Amino acid sequence: MALAKMKADATEARLSGLSLPDGAAWANAARAEAMDRVRRMGLPTKRDEYWKYTDPTTLTAPDAAEAALFHNDEGPLFGAVDRLKIVFVDGVFDADASDDLAGEGVEIARLADAMAADIHWAKDLYGVLEARGQQPVERPLAALNTAMATDGVVIRATGKVGKPINLIYLHKDVSSDAVLHNLVKVEAGAEVTLLETGPAAARFSKQLEVEVADGGAFHHVRAQGRDHERRAVTHCFARIGAASTFKSFTLTFNGVLTRNECVLEIVGDEAIAHVAGACVGDGGDFHHDDTVFITHDAVNCESRQVFKKVLRNGATGVFQGKILVKEGAQKTDGYQISQSLLLDEDSQFLAKPELEIYADDVACSHGSTSGAIDDDALFYLRSRGVHPDEARTLLTLAFLAEALEEIDNEVLADDLRDRLEGWLARHS
Amino acid sequence: MLEIKNLKVALEEEDKQILKGVDLTIEPGSMHAIMGPNGSGKSTLSYVLSGKDGYEVTEGAAALEGADLLDMEPEERAAAGLFLAFQYPVEIPGVGNMTFLRTAVNAQRKSRGEEELSAADFLKEVRAKAKSLKIDADMLKRPVNVGFSGGEKKRNEILQMAMLEPKMCVLDETDSGLDVDAMKLVAEGVNALRSEGRSFLVITHYQRLLDHIQPDFVHIMADGKIVKSGGPELALEVENNGYADILAEVA
Repeated sequence: MALAKMKADATEARLSGLSLPDGAAWANAARAEAMDRVRRMGLPTKRDEYWKYTDPTTLTAPDAAEAALFHNDEGPLFGAVDRLKIVFVDGVFDADASDDLAGEGVEIARLADAMAADIHWAKDLYGVLEARGQQPVERPLAALNTAMATDGVVIRATGKVGKPINLIYLHKDVSSDAVLHNLVKVEAGAEVTLLETGPAAARFSKQLEVEVADGGAFHHVRAQGRDHERRAVTHCFARIGAASTFKSFTLTFNGVLTRNECVLEIVGDEAIAHVAGACVGDGGDFHHDDTVFITHDAVNCESRQVFKKVLRNGATGVFQGKILVKEGAQKTDGYQISQSLLLDEDSQFLAKPELEIYADDVACSHGSTSGAIDDDALFYLRSRGVHPDEARTLLTLAFLAEALEEIDNEVLADDLRDRLEGWLARHS
Repeated sequence: MLEIKNLKVALEEEDKQILKGVDLTIEPGSMHAIMGPNGSGKSTLSYVLSGKDGYEVTEGAAALEGADLLDMEPEERAAAGLFLAFQYPVEIPGVGNMTFLRTAVNAQRKSRGEEELSAADFLKEVRAKAKSLKIDADMLKRPVNVGFSGGEKKRNEILQMAMLEPKMCVLDETDSGLDVDAMKLVAEGVNALRSEGRSFLVITHYQRLLDHIQPDFVHIMADGKIVKSGGPELALEVENNGYADILAEVA
């Protein structure tokens, strides 16, 4: 009880400094409910089982620590791709820098505008998937995001959306603290690609709620920016309908702390849900956590979790991944792999793979490995005249390849490969 | 071309002498074969020449065109013109065979101060050479040696050799695990590369390969030393009588 009391007191102390943003009626209600959820659960501490490997202290602290701005002379990611650009600066929508929020087969609105209007689908989604996703594991930081977010976009795909929608996050203020919340509704048979690029702020909480209706397809590719000192917690909640596709890939470079939670619920038969990630970290300040929870609640569905981490100079990687197959979710094909390439003995990888299966006709496999660069492969390359640094870069990219192969769009994947190659060459 | 003098090599991890004074001189343009029973040190010789970790040279020297091989890193030896066709080619998941070949070819060109091959020129060359080794487009696309049969792996080694155009080729049991047809292909690949400026050292257990690749000299290795050298007839003697007679004779 003492612990619970301490946690409740700490939560109360933190929340007392916050006041809910004022929005229109439906948003106010959603926010108040979310805040109730936060109070009930309490903010996470490192004593919580779900935060055993990642200390949430700096994510729950009242103020964001400063994060130096990252400068590089490379062009913007996906710069060669014809895309609809929506720009946020330190978590605030920048209309001047953004394209018109309109496109073929899609309705887009700024979250604040959607909250002020009576947009039924947004109202039925905002905080709803997050609230569902609080069972069986509590995710208080997601509820806090729902309560406090003032910016973001709502996207409704009604057909095959002509070009990818790119949410571009720029970090310009060293001490910015951003809370962003995006909604995506993919109507039956519709298809959309969402790109997210850049660090949203010095510290940010970012949430994405996605509903994919029957026969819809949602493709998501994001890269979280290279700012070395930024801290981030992201949540993705998705509900996936029959014969639909959900594919999400995240690339993380650098960052002091990143916790990416992805919570998928497959509710329609014959659906496909893939979530993948690659991260590269250099130095004892790097901490990256992928936490995934996929629930199969339908027949004949496939899910994949593919996570690869390259860690060096004392970097830390975490993977907590679960496949829950509910009673009756027969013919489920679940696959989960989490691997790390540890480039030295100071780096560490902590993995907690979990399967929980209540159906008797399913195929679920999982694996988790940590290893170094294969000496035989390295020697083979060197014996052919390849310099060891180049050989290591090639082998490291090869290690990451399986995760990048989860991206269907080759142009996007190639762009990420090029960035990775550059990063690895600079950090060899 | 290659001059090995009194080469003595021990394992780094355990106190075990493998090579006990190997002497071998290979002239430019010549084809040498080394035969010998299991454990005689044949493969160790090939690894030490190519610079693999785990071996300690306790005495002696090895020079390629006068340059001290043992002082070079593996990639420097390759750039200097040495090539080892592996007994067990390494599988590298995630690296496409084509990428691997292009990286290797360009790395060597770069170290020699030559311009990198353009993608088009490279493709043209690799396709022509692959065709003669019956390596199809699919094999070029697949990850290096992953899912290759034994024969495909060995043909892939010869393709690398053909692309890299080394001066000194060491073939470590390239015939092991090959059926007759695959062996012919490999031998044709090797024979096509024979030239005045290029030398070969072929390590094998059996005389079979030497039917297809005619050696100028044959050496018998036993217990870390070359115990007998001669012409192609020496290989036939091994084939007919085994190693026992020869070993007894030199003992």
